Amino acid sequence: MRHTKQSGLLASREQWLQQMHGDYKKTKQRWRNQVIAVRSSLLLLFFVLWEAGARMGWIDELLFSYPTKIFRQIWGDMVSGSLWPHLGITVGETAVGFVLGTLLGTLLAVIIWWSPFLSAVLDPYMVVFNSMPKVALGPIFIVMFGAGFTAIVVTTLSITVIITTLVVYNSFCSVDPNLVKVVRSFGASRVQVFFKVILPASFGTVVSTLKVNVGMSWVGVIVGEFLVAKSGLGYLIIYGFQVFNFTLVMSSLLIIAAVATAMYQLVVYLEKRLLSGR
Amino acid sequence: MLPVVQLKGVTHAYLGDREASLAVEDLNLNVEQGEFVSLVGPSGCGKTTLLSIIAGLLQPSQGEVFVNGEPILGPSPEVGYMLQQDYLFPWRSILGNAILGLELTGSLNEESRKRTLELLREMGLEGKEHVSPSQLSGGMRQRVALVRTLATNPGLLLLDEPFSALDYQIKLQLEDLVSETLRSRGTTAILVTHDLSEAIAVSSSVILLQRNPGKIRKIFSVPEQIRSAPPLFARDQPGFSELFHEIWKEMEIAGRES
Repeated sequence: MRHTKQSGLLASREQWLQQMHGDYKKTKQRWRNQVIAVRSSLLLLFFVLWEAGARMGWIDELLFSYPTKIFRQIWGDMVSGSLWPHLGITVGETAVGFVLGTLLGTLLAVIIWWSPFLSAVLDPYMVVFNSMPKVALGPIFIVMFGAGFTAIVVTTLSITVIITTLVVYNSFCSVDPNLVKVVRSFGASRVQVFFKVILPASFGTVVSTLKVNVGMSWVGVIVGEFLVAKSGLGYLIIYGFQVFNFTLVMSSLLIIAAVATAMYQLVVYLEKRLLSGR
Repeated sequence: MLPVVQLKGVTHAYLGDREASLAVEDLNLNVEQGEFVSLVGPSGCGKTTLLSIIAGLLQPSQGEVFVNGEPILGPSPEVGYMLQQDYLFPWRSILGNAILGLELTGSLNEESRKRTLELLREMGLEGKEHVSPSQLSGGMRQRVALVRTLATNPGLLLLDEPFSALDYQIKLQLEDLVSETLRSRGTTAILVTHDLSEAIAVSSSVILLQRNPGKIRKIFSVPEQIRSAPPLFARDQPGFSELFHEIWKEMEIAGRES
């Protein structure tokens, strides 16, 4: 008797918990749906207002163009194929600048971690170089490497490398010294300390600097293309500006926004994959 | 027989920008095979400094340290070191943490791996080999740290307040486990602690240090009946509280003098 009563109690408790959980999930889902709905209507409203504003003469059509014209332009360029080389070169430059910037920055961080003396020596130089507007070096790079791919990648590197070095080096230094003490007590060499403790402990930081570097690389590449101006999305913007075709400028901006977001998401996905194995 | 640890005139000074301060001065000490020695004393008496010197993590400014007759020039696998907290690596599994020392000393093979698994099982960690450290309680984590230290089979174990961060009940259990494990392996051990009753319960002799600068004040030998009882019961043995008060009084006097 008592046993059945108890198991009945147990079952009803189970039921109650499940119902609570179901309600909770429903509320959460509703909230998520609301966010998505408001988010997309905001975007839609923006385009509608833009379109209406330009057609009704509230904003200068020549300067701001309007969405249907811009999408027609993008579609036309996609179909005619004239967009792809520009897109390809810009994405290529960004990818190379991003990967090289991260690798070089991390490598530099490893070197100065290795030698505290070198770190002390280089510290003021890095601070100066980091606070300097690197874009100002653009003309020098163009003369050094010729107006093209290399100069643009180097401009990008000048923006990404030092900040990567500073962030990664900082994360190396903030690893709990007791973790180092643990491996040192086993007689670990400096190489072992680095690969068994420092690197795995700051892996998360290294990966998250990747995300910052995506944005930085885009800045470097677009500015580089502004300066060199032969091809690429940055070139399209400058060209559109020079011939006063702001539809071209706006469509390039939209494409940049889309591709940069895609690249960022790719890095976020990579981060998840890399960190999930731990 | 050769003492496991020999300190000869060990003096160490910490050098800072403002001054050089003397941490320990002219320490002489022998620890015999299988002994369990506790270092107690007020904070700043150089307990941890002394341990770091014996571990080879710190080179003394003066004097010599020998472990098994060999001068200590750096950390060696002969000497195990256990810290206040477990400091398990969060990115490694429990087994991964336990074999860390074997990996670093290049002695990881099928046999040593098996021995480590066996050790984990002895410590009541069976079935936890592949979970991550964050899923274990504080006491379990410290047991993993103990396995990590013992896996390389050190003849000398240095314990730097390894129980101080634990709940009282867990601490008593772990004291029993450590002292039982060390006794069965015949491992020599040096324990740094600020818990006087813990020092008496687990060790064969208690060394009282005084500060400014760190020096040995007095060495107390723990009577056989307390020594041979497991730490939890040692506290109930006759003579325990007398010894406790004796050391306590000496500490008080030392505190007034310095």
